[in-house]
Amino acid sequence: MTAFAAALGRELRLAIREPGEAAAAVMFFVLATMLFPFGVGPEANLLARIAAGVLWVAALLAAMLSLERLFLGDYEDGSFEILALAPLPLSLIVGAKMLAHWLTTCIPLIVATPLMAVLLDLDTGGYFALVAAMALGTPTISLVGGVGAALTLGARRGGMLLSVLVLPLLIPVLIFGAGAVDAALAGHAVRQQLMVLAAMFLAASALCPWAAAAAVRQALE
Amino acid sequence: MSGLHRFASPARFLRLADRIQPWTAWTAAILIGAGLAVGFGFSPPDYQQGDTVRIMYVHVPSAWMALFCYAAMAVCAAAGLIWRHPLAHVIAHGAAPIGACFTIVCLATGMLWGKPMWGRWWAWDARLTSVLILLFLYLGYIALANAFDNTTRGDRSSAILALVGAVNLPVIKFSVDWWNTLHQPASVTRIGAPAIHSSMLTPLLLMAAGFMCLFATLLFIRVRAALLERRLRALRHARAHAPPAGGMDTGTTLS
Repeated sequence: MTAFAAALGRELRLAIREPGEAAAAVMFFVLATMLFPFGVGPEANLLARIAAGVLWVAALLAAMLSLERLFLGDYEDGSFEILALAPLPLSLIVGAKMLAHWLTTCIPLIVATPLMAVLLDLDTGGYFALVAAMALGTPTISLVGGVGAALTLGARRGGMLLSVLVLPLLIPVLIFGAGAVDAALAGHAVRQQLMVLAAMFLAASALCPWAAAAAVRQALE
Repeated sequence: MSGLHRFASPARFLRLADRIQPWTAWTAAILIGAGLAVGFGFSPPDYQQGDTVRIMYVHVPSAWMALFCYAAMAVCAAAGLIWRHPLAHVIAHGAAPIGACFTIVCLATGMLWGKPMWGRWWAWDARLTSVLILLFLYLGYIALANAFDNTTRGDRSSAILALVGAVNLPVIKFSVDWWNTLHQPASVTRIGAPAIHSSMLTPLLLMAAGFMCLFATLLFIRVRAALLERRLRALRHARAHAPPAGGMDTGTTLS
């Protein structure tokens, strides 16, 4: 446990000393959301109708941008070879990195989401569902995205490839994330969607660190 | 299981493939020919859909094959990861583009069927959408398999991806079904009546068996080409690193 905390602490220290990366993801998220009123017109009803979907898609793409760097730094400078020799299982080291990604990239996105929802005129009934769905859904993005980042280590055009691999796998998160907000707006209970999102998160947290560790291990060979 | 491992030797596989391939090729040609003849010539038109129902004889078997190829790919990927048989990776890579083509045929025929039936080329129907996602899973796999200079890395990375995709496919299918019923209350009549008459089932099964033989034939061709390519690369590599014949003499005269 202390070793896991040490690995997590290292990732967080690295992220704090390089705050630009998390800030870039949030900037991208805000900009991408801002483009939609220009694209579809400033009509309030239309924007309110598509707000949940737009915010989810923008958050997904913003997370993709930052995922590319998740393992690449340690892979390129050779630290991963040392980390792989540590007594801590590689899956936990990889899991610490995914957790750090969620803490440093996804939490700022979750914080920015209600603000952007205001700009898109989202009905007040949808805010709780939106933030709760984001809080339960974004860890899955970090986990599944981490597997993609591990698979594309050292690949040509790794960043683009990462999105191609991971986005189809994350469609369920998008469906239930945006679905929760739609249900809340329609006056239904959102429990069902949130529980499915939580189930996906739990399944992903059991399987993804393991798959990503296997991918990293064969990249280090 | 140990009996199967004998076929992991590429040379043995190639010998076997050479012997089987003419049979699968001819069977595929005969079955697909017969299926098309019966399907387009002798089976009755549907009482609701008219002659457009004949698209089904290509559409449904290609949908089955699209799923079958992904399953075959995932099983080979797992075998390649567990027993480290290079041949399993070669077969998985060989199956992927064939599966992607079946998926494209399935989507294209689905769109051709949708235009007269639904009045538009594309409906965000649950099945169409899941097949479209399946196509992207195939394309991602192919892109990842070819993204590395080192063949082993491409083999293993894409194998892990195939397994992740196989685990995720049911989740995607379930989510898309759920999403579709939420956003689109059944506005389209679905194909797939509970019972299908034997006059339609015969050409369907003929085509399905023919597509399976076609898959086997194409897979043999692709695996043979890939194995030869790998051997060629290994030979080139060996030659580039071997000391040149008589090279010592030129070396001394130059120095």
